[in-house]
Parts: sequence; C-alpha cells; structure tokens
Amino acid sequence: MIKVTFIEHNGTVRSVEVADGTSLMEAAVGNLIPGIDGDCGGCCACATCHLFIEPEWLDKLVPAEDMEKSLLELAECVGPGSRLGCQIKLSQSLDGIVARTPLGQH
Amino acid sequence: MNAAYTAVPQEQKNPAYAIPLEDIDVSDPELYRSNTMWGYFERLRREDPVHYCAKSLFGPYWSVTKYKDIMQVETLPGIYSSDSRRGGVTILDSNTAVQLPMFIQMDPPQHDEHRKAVSPIVAPENLARMEGIIRRRTGEALDSLPVGREFNWVDKVSINLTTQMLATLFDFPWEDRSKLTYWSDATVALPGEGLVDSEEHRMQIMGECAAYMTRLWNERVNAEPRSDLISMMAHDARTRNMTPEEFLGNVLLLIVGGNDTTRSSMTGGVLALNENPEQYAKLCANPALVASMIPEIVRWQTPLSHMRRTATEDTVLGGKNIRKGDKVVMWYVSGNRDEEAIENPNNFIIDRARPRQHLSFGFGIHRCVGNRLAEMQIRILWEEVLKRWPKPGQIKVIGAPERVASPFIKGYESMQVRIDA
Ligand code: HEM
Ligand code: FES
Repeated sequence: MIKVTFIEHNGTVRSVEVADGTSLMEAAVGNLIPGIDGDCGGCCACATCHLFIEPEWLDKLVPAEDMEKSLLELAECVGPGSRLGCQIKLSQSLDGIVARTPLGQH
Repeated sequence: MNAAYTAVPQEQKNPAYAIPLEDIDVSDPELYRSNTMWGYFERLRREDPVHYCAKSLFGPYWSVTKYKDIMQVETLPGIYSSDSRRGGVTILDSNTAVQLPMFIQMDPPQHDEHRKAVSPIVAPENLARMEGIIRRRTGEALDSLPVGREFNWVDKVSINLTTQMLATLFDFPWEDRSKLTYWSDATVALPGEGLVDSEEHRMQIMGECAAYMTRLWNERVNAEPRSDLISMMAHDARTRNMTPEEFLGNVLLLIVGGNDTTRSSMTGGVLALNENPEQYAKLCANPALVASMIPEIVRWQTPLSHMRRTATEDTVLGGKNIRKGDKVVMWYVSGNRDEEAIENPNNFIIDRARPRQHLSFGFGIHRCVGNRLAEMQIRILWEEVLKRWPKPGQIKVIGAPERVASPFIKGYESMQVRIDA
C-alpha cells in the first residue's frame, strides 16, 4: 500500500492508503476527496483531476507528456506544482507523497 | 401461428438494417425530428464504426460512432482541426456569423490564448457567487407556472430560464433580455428557414448585437469591476484589449454555447423521468440524487449530437484511411450509447457510479468551458422543482414532444406538460 496525503483548499488534511499502480486521481476520487472530479476516467482528456504536488515530490515524478501539458496550459490557477492526477501512477518510490487539491474543477 | 411468437431478431425489424451499409446517412435532419436515428447508429457501431458516407445534404463525411474512437479524435487536435477556415466544428461548413473569431473553432496556439481569457469567468468561485441570484429567479419563474393546466414546458420553463440565466450572466438589461435568445437563434439559424433570410441579414442582426454589447462594455470598463461576464472581460488584462471582432465573437460564443444546450437539457430531464417512472420515484424518495442525475440527464439528452473536425493530414482511424481535408464527424449521440464504454447505455439511471463519463461536453482542449455552469443551472432547476412538487409523476408529459429537425442541435420545439396540484 502507498500512503498519499491530500491537503484540501480549506486546509483539511487527509491521508489515504491505496494499492500500487493506482493513479493519484483514482486515489482522490476513490476516497471522496473533494475538488478532484476525474470526468474522463483518466484518459488525459478533461483536466478535472488538476492538483498541486508539493515541491519536494516534484522531481520524483515522470515528466508530463504533451497532452497533459496542453491541458494544464488551459487549467485554472496553474502553478509550478500543477499536474493531472490521472497521469501520476503511484508506486513505492512515491510512498508518502503530498498533494494539494483546488476548490473545484471546471 | 401467432406472429408475436416468431422470433425475429430485433435488428431485422428495424429499418436501419434493411438498407445497404454504404447507404447509411446519419446526417438526415428527418431522423432527428422523428427520433429514429438510434438504429442506424447501433448498426454502425456494430458493423462499421468509422463509416464513410459519400453523398449527403452536407457533402461527403466520415462518421465516428464509438466512444473510444471519438476520444482519439478529441485528443489529437493537431490531426483533427477545429479551424473555421477548414470548415469549423459542425457538419455544415461554417457560415458568416461564425467566421467571427470564436475559440471553439480555432486550433492552438490561438485557441489557448482566447480560452484562457474567458475561462476564469466560469470558474468555481464565480459560479458560487452567481448561484443565489440564479436560484431566486428560477424560483420566481416556477412560482408563476399555471399549476393544474396544460402548458408548453419548452417556452414557459426551458427558454424562459435559459434566457434569464444569460441575462444574469451578462448582467444584461432585464427588459431587453429576449434579445439574447434572438441573437443566439439568429447565429445558428439556417438561412431561409424563418429567422434569417440571408447571410447579409444575419450580419445585420449581428451588427445590432455588437452595438448593444459594446455600449454595455463601455459603461462597465469605466465602472468598478463586477462579477458579470462583460465587466470581467472589460477588466481582465487578457481580454481588455480585444478587437471589436474578438469581443463579439466571444460574446456570441458564450450566448450560443449556453443557450440551446441548457434549454434542451431542461426539457430532456422532464421527458426522461416521465419515460422512466421508477427513476422518478427513486429521485423523489431521495432528492440528494439530483447531484448524479444532472450529468445523467446531459448524457441521456446529448444536447449537441455531434462536433466536427477536418483532417490536416492523411491518417488512420479505426482501421480506415482518412485523407487530408476529409470531414470527420464525432457522433456524441452514438458514443454516449456505446455499450463498450457505458453500462446499460440505453437506460436512464439517475444514480450511476461515474455519471460524468459521457461525451456530451466533448473532451480534450475544446471540452466545454461552461460545463459546470450548465450543470449548476440544471441542478438549481431540479432542486427548486422538487421543493415545490415533490411527488413522483407530479410533472406529467402529455403526448409526444415535437423535436428539432437537425443533426446538430438535439432538442425540442415544444413539449406539453401538466403539473398536478
Ligand atoms: C448542457 C449544456 C452544454 C452542452 C451539452 C455543451 C456542449 C459543448 C460541446 C460539445 C463543446 C465542444 C467540445 C469539442 O469541440 O470537443 C462545447 C464547447 C464550448 N461550450 Fe458548451 N455546452 C453546454 C453549455 C455551455 C454553457 C452554459 C456555456 C457558457 C458559458 C458554454 C460555452 C462553451 C464554450 C465557450 C465552448 C468552447 C470551448 C473551446 O473550444 O475551448 N457551453 N460545449
Ligand atoms: S481524469 Fe481527465 S484528465 Fe485526468
């Protein structure tokens, strides 16, 4: 199991445990973390799984591919830690990862 | 021998299976007026998911009918272009009104610049700010309905509320609000079919719209920033310096985008619940299901039957060779009924596990920017309806609705209902 901590828009902190291979979007949606929708089911086609990865975890991630980059380009309030949760597959090396979630998606 | 007992497979009774495959033309507007397109799409999904039609009202075109193939087209905007100069986003090649700069029919990088400027207007924070006033006005409209008497839901509720909501979004002078619907209808009307006589006539109407909106812009650019769309565009660094054409293009896109689509969802919801009384009962027993019912209504209705793209290079889709310049039509109305992507797709189920996994808003970089706004409007309508009329079947559809004859806008001309006291 891999531990993931979500810090919500309003400061609420919640940690969940999910299986190896789960995406960050699935970890959020599956545990009813507010602010992450995942409308396209993880096809990298909607950007409703936009979240912010805490700086210390950023360079442990596989870099974003072109489609993720174009969608992030259009998302709201993008910052240095912005990623699409569905494109981040969790594995042992990401055990303990921390992500902030936005107020909502659109 | 009783005919009812001879097992004729469903597909052989359907006229969609009686013609040669290559003759199938799902763009025929009559199919949508009579609501008989379903069988043709079912057959295409099974036998020829990416289908070439050589002759139609709109010229030759490809039909993409499966969910996963539509997703592929949506996510390759470099190969499948939305650019108005190549033909735009509907099966009918673009008209003069829509030659205005609208980002729905632009490709990156231009598309991205325009979209980024408009998108914050419909961000969650702003929607929350608009919710109260939309709710109050929705309530007032419902309170004025003639309970106990037969009336047309399309006029009295769907058109009335979408017009009011557009006026609220633009903070548009209330007494003139029917102009918004008029401009929207004139933008998409086919010349000679009542509303506009010619492309010149259309441009004249657009001119009136531009003059009116420019006046509002000028008033607001010099006033304190407020949360309506025009004030936001007038004060945002990214939109402040738009050309007059860009301003008109964006305004019309927002009006048109949210008009017919939300309107037909507001009608479609009542129809779907009437056709599925057990779902109506489920909803009344647990009104919290409104949350998952709203996306299901949008899927079930599919307010835009398709979006179109034009191939920028030779490519392969679902095993078919698409040539540069070919017209490629993504039939959302078919993808939303694809049993390989959606469980029991032909059923209206208000408590689906993943209700937002549907194609009605498109996907990829052009995915509907107003999708959360649309959902909010329809959600408020149903929350307010259930407060007033909480019993299953209390809003009754009387007779069959009259449907729009169009392969693009999937909606209703009229639908008679009666609300029982
Ligand atoms: C149920 C209601 C609605 C439906 C079904 C709908 C559907 C769609 C679809 C299918 C697209 C194009 C996706 C593509 O090309 O891949 C789109 C784009 C768009 N819609 Fe909506 N829409 C709805 C409501 C609204 C509302 C309320 C607004 C107003 C804010 C709006 C504004 C837009 C805009 C501006 C675009 C262009 C986005 C872009 O090209 O990047 N829509 N919509
Ligand atoms: S879930 Fe749609 S892009 Fe991540």
